[in-house]
Amino acid sequence: MRPAPGHRRSQTAAAWLFLAPALTAIGIFFVIPVLGALVLSFTDFDIYALADLGMVRFVGMENYLRILDTPLFWTALKNTFYFVLVGGPLSVAVSLGTALMLNSKLARFKTLFRTIYFLPVVTSLVAVAVVWRYLYHPADGLLNHLLSWFGIGMIDWLGDPTYAMPAIILMAVWKNFGYNMLIFIAGLQNIPDDLYEAAHLDGAGWWRQFVDITLPMLAPTTVFVVMITVIGYFQLFAEPYVMTQGGPLYATTSVVLLMYEQGFRWWNMGHAAAIAFILFAIILIFTLAQIALQRRTGQ
Amino acid sequence: MNRSLLVWVIVVVALTTTGCQRESADATVVKFWGMGNEGEMVRTLIPEFERTHPGIRITVQQIPWTAAHEKLLTAFAGESTPDIAQLGNTWLPEFTTLGALEPLDERVHLSATIQREDYFDGVLRTNVIDSVLYGIPWYVDTRLLYYRRDLLQKAGFPEPPATWDEMLRLCETMKRQAASDGMQRYPMFLPTNEWVPAILLGMQAGGEFLVDRNTRANFSGPRFRRAMELLASFYRKDYSPIGQSLITNMYDSFSDGLITMYITGPWNIGEFTRRVPAHLSEAWMTAPVPSLDTVRPGISLPLGTSLVLFRQSKQKDAAWQFMEFLASREQSIAFHRITGNLPPRKSAWEDSSLRRNPHIQAFHKQLLRLEPLPQVPEWEQIVIKLQAYVEFVASNAMSVEEATRRLDRDVDRMLEKRRWLLEQGGTR
Repeated sequence: MRPAPGHRRSQTAAAWLFLAPALTAIGIFFVIPVLGALVLSFTDFDIYALADLGMVRFVGMENYLRILDTPLFWTALKNTFYFVLVGGPLSVAVSLGTALMLNSKLARFKTLFRTIYFLPVVTSLVAVAVVWRYLYHPADGLLNHLLSWFGIGMIDWLGDPTYAMPAIILMAVWKNFGYNMLIFIAGLQNIPDDLYEAAHLDGAGWWRQFVDITLPMLAPTTVFVVMITVIGYFQLFAEPYVMTQGGPLYATTSVVLLMYEQGFRWWNMGHAAAIAFILFAIILIFTLAQIALQRRTGQ
Repeated sequence: MNRSLLVWVIVVVALTTTGCQRESADATVVKFWGMGNEGEMVRTLIPEFERTHPGIRITVQQIPWTAAHEKLLTAFAGESTPDIAQLGNTWLPEFTTLGALEPLDERVHLSATIQREDYFDGVLRTNVIDSVLYGIPWYVDTRLLYYRRDLLQKAGFPEPPATWDEMLRLCETMKRQAASDGMQRYPMFLPTNEWVPAILLGMQAGGEFLVDRNTRANFSGPRFRRAMELLASFYRKDYSPIGQSLITNMYDSFSDGLITMYITGPWNIGEFTRRVPAHLSEAWMTAPVPSLDTVRPGISLPLGTSLVLFRQSKQKDAAWQFMEFLASREQSIAFHRITGNLPPRKSAWEDSSLRRNPHIQAFHKQLLRLEPLPQVPEWEQIVIKLQAYVEFVASNAMSVEEATRRLDRDVDRMLEKRRWLLEQGGTR
């Protein structure tokens, strides 16, 4: 039985009506600003323009070309990739590992540990940064103290360009893994127990069960987690902003930090908007590649 | 039950907030933004002002220095600037370009408390842009040498170094002596997260930072390069530590003798007095900065902050009264007593609290030899870039030649808009 056309139309109208508030909000606070930023990226909007709008020039692609011609942009991009490619997998692995541990039948005090691991996620980053700066202190920090037991000499974690990014990664992973861990736990709980029981009866060991049941069944969760993590990690900003301000020697300057400095410190809005769209393009390419990869392996 | 409670809460909140509004409606509220420590300390001066000006109430918002520049620009863009603020005087050209500041010539002319002649010339000049006065100096900041008298004497130098050659000889001697005693010592501390040492040396070397009506960078010129080479030698020879992480507490390092000399500003007189242990209170002293030429003292920078009135302010007259109050001789002395900041008015220096303080005398000498910095809106951006290259040079990741060449390229790009404006016959 098909509904009458009139009935259908009123249903559509009702749907639009219910969607209207959300769409309005998205339009005003997302679509319009994004389009505005796109236009901005083709202008040289700066403090002179802030004083007098007549001083804005349309410069076409010049912002984009100039960014690609700036060594600092490539440094920032390299740093960002370093963070995504090392920190991303590390973060996913740590969250999967802790999720497996907390989901294990042997684990005790599960709720307690789940809360503890999740705590960094909801703690203010500024407070976390203060504590981690103490941990990283070259002479009195806990980390160097622990390392000295193994005969490892004083490392200037945040002051040495070689170690600054690893230090940021370590802190970021610690701060964020709890969130993905919760998603993994939910994914693990959705795997039916009888699969494991059957495998157990067939004599499959822990490792076989993990590779042949847990991992495949967890694939959709993993894809989701990896995608969200990659998108989030490409936008690295707050950690270097509060810990190192992008230093030493630009070793922790990320693309978003560069954009922030250009935009809000120096008010080169056109330039900053162009950086934002370049980053958007990079993230889009990565996400599309991931989806394509998933389709191919999924079939 | 719950709902009626909620209603009561709303009613009570509504009543109290409207009540507050009514109360303050009688008085004119002047919003003041203060930076860092001054933002905190200025509060102690306010009761006196509010007592003598019953119709005016002052609210102070304290802003950390690290966020101040962003915050002020954002406030201007969002049309939410305060009535008055404390502004680093190197930022004045930028905010003047924006048209954010109110010209003050007329008001100063009519003022009974503010006389232009009473200000140190080098300091007042930083507030004059295109012969219009936009700020009233609040306190001055110029850089001096702080040194450990006892350790210099032990090294065989009874007087602080008056030239940079003497300074290098002193550093070498101290380093050698420390090495033979098996001690770690940095004779000098030139922080790599400050642009001041590089600019100070550059000025002394006679380097023009910007040329062609301030539209082209000239850092790779021979004079500035000479200054950078001199600065670099402090790091290359290990006379000064690189980076900040080793010196987490400068005052402790100074008291321990890990560092023996430091170029810094007047606010540190108060900090040193408080933080250096009592048995060393006679051991440290201040001196004008060493010189590169034959004139003593060497050139230093006219830094410090000014009080500015924002053009968007709706109570300029009330705000001006508060500015006059803060700028008066009496209050600048009172402010000096609580912060250690130096008054910009010559007459204030006759006060006993300044004359009796031995650490302050060197500043007085230094204030008479200041040179102005280029007044371009891009200045802050330029020196932050310079600071980054100093760090590269200090850690030996880049040669002076390469760093200055790259700096010129970066700065020329920053000044592109300025060149275009001048070609159009536009503003300054």
